[in-house]
Amino acid sequence: MSATTLSPAAPTIRVDADPKIGLRGHLRHTGALIRRNLLWIRQDPESMFDAILMPVVFTLLFVYVFGGSIGQALGGGQDAYVQYVIPGMVAMMSMNIAQAVGTGFNEDFHKGIMDRFRSLPIGRASVLIAKVSVELLRLLVATSVVMVVAVLVGFDINGHWGGLFAAVGLSALFGSAVMWIFLVLGVTMKSAQSVQAMGFLVMMPLQFGSSIFAPTGSMPGWLQSFTTYNPMSGLADAARGLMLGGGHPIAHGLTVTLAWTAGLTLVMAPVAIRKFTKKS
Amino acid sequence: MAADTLVGMTRIDNTSASDRQVAVSVRGLVKHFGATKALDGVDLDVHEGTVLGVLGPNGAGKTTLVRCLSTLITPDAGTAIVAGYDAVRQPRQLRRVIGLTGQYASVDEKLSGRENLYMIGRLLDLSRKESRSRADALLERFSLTDAATRPARTYSGGMRRRLDLAASMIGRPHVLYLDEPTTGLDPRTRNEVWNEVEAMVRDGVTVLLTTQYMEEAEQLASELTVIDRGKVIASGGIEELKAKVGGRTLRVRPADPRELRPLAAALDESGLTGLATSTADPESGTVLVPVLSDEQLTAVVGAVTARGITIGSIATELPSLDEVFLSITGQKASTPQDARPELEEVAV
Repeated sequence: MSATTLSPAAPTIRVDADPKIGLRGHLRHTGALIRRNLLWIRQDPESMFDAILMPVVFTLLFVYVFGGSIGQALGGGQDAYVQYVIPGMVAMMSMNIAQAVGTGFNEDFHKGIMDRFRSLPIGRASVLIAKVSVELLRLLVATSVVMVVAVLVGFDINGHWGGLFAAVGLSALFGSAVMWIFLVLGVTMKSAQSVQAMGFLVMMPLQFGSSIFAPTGSMPGWLQSFTTYNPMSGLADAARGLMLGGGHPIAHGLTVTLAWTAGLTLVMAPVAIRKFTKKS
Repeated sequence: MAADTLVGMTRIDNTSASDRQVAVSVRGLVKHFGATKALDGVDLDVHEGTVLGVLGPNGAGKTTLVRCLSTLITPDAGTAIVAGYDAVRQPRQLRRVIGLTGQYASVDEKLSGRENLYMIGRLLDLSRKESRSRADALLERFSLTDAATRPARTYSGGMRRRLDLAASMIGRPHVLYLDEPTTGLDPRTRNEVWNEVEAMVRDGVTVLLTTQYMEEAEQLASELTVIDRGKVIASGGIEELKAKVGGRTLRVRPADPRELRPLAAALDESGLTGLATSTADPESGTVLVPVLSDEQLTAVVGAVTARGITIGSIATELPSLDEVFLSITGQKASTPQDARPELEEVAV
């Protein structure tokens, strides 16, 4: 092996101070990346449809198909069911944000753009924060649309506007915790489709084995013990308490939701961040 | 001005190259992926304002090397210093002075060309105004102005590579990594990319180029490092290595096919120093002769005409990557393959 072209002396290492990215820098980078994700929506408006259409279809389906019978069990009719299910829909939307961030990341990793970002002098968290911000925005838009539909099918907020905002906030908070799971899936799985399929597999039992669509009282005992600690039940119950007021206890649901939020974040966030930074 | 004298001349001869400052210095670089040693103690230098070609087959460790040098992965051992910054200890400083064009175009396909460049300008802390003007200037330079507002996914393979190169140039990098910049491109598009790279080198950018193609290294690089299985197996100036490999191959076709054997015999008997044995290839009706210099080439032609054999056609060919490996290591490259560029584009 010839080594004729190698210089004998090691080059001098520059020792300028580590240029910390200031707050303004972080905001600039995150802003540029938010713009990117917003341009995606403009390029591909159907993605907005996905986020909005599903909750609207679910609302109409459950209210008009199952609403009458479940309403009777609630001691009313379809009207009683509308009051019951709309807070559930607010809870359900927490999942969309998580799933969208996971699949979006997966696409980035496979397109090579992530290499570009990671070789730029930006905080790596900016990419994530931008994505989460845009998905939060999408959640707000989707929730507003669903609330309009809700009012059209007869939902009565009864002045609990503060409760509605609190419920949406809680839903977004829990969604951000679930997001870490999807980030791990997004970084490790081969394609966006498999992230979606895997997500579906996890989400189905959590969504339907919960108090989102129907009260759990008539479910078999083993399922009830699952629903009691299912965070989606907790979130739906808490949203119900916040949006409907009296007669709907908040404490248990809120405790379950916050416990899961904290637990998932503590366990999954470090795993996701490690996978994200180490991904080669 | 010194820069002016470089215009139109991308190959800088070896002696002046080693007098220059070192822009990239790699020593004993090791990276393992499980049991695979992707890099097994790589040493190399890239001098300021020159192009180092890193030549090797698929799986030789070229991409791993570029990923270590651009802080995408951390090496297990060894040092890499780029423009005075340590890749492991000063990754943030290092990212400010490099540009990276990967094997697959790393642009956002959903964004337009202009939006892609604008975004990178902002991520590199340029002002809004500066980002816009830099984006427009680079679109112009890389002949993408007409396609500036179209989403990048509608671009052809060559346009995408050019956009990718433009993206790497936004921050006026000191050192540019080009990881197989023309793999999967057709010959015409490949030439476009080569022209752009040559223009960047004229501007004084230091380039580390990885490639599988001897022809590409020959076209762009002044020095070469050949790697295989994560190890440097040869390094030096292009001419030096070519001499080692046996330089060009001369393909001579006699006007009369029956004269193929006499032609081969004539060349063998001519006794030119350093001339390896010629081989007759009856299938193509040609004789292959390795030649080291223009003098030898002339001597071969002289020897043939002295025998009264009429030459039908004559052509010189560069050694393929396989031949380079064969002559350096005495064995086939670790993943033998046709070293010619494919004609169809790789889906990205």
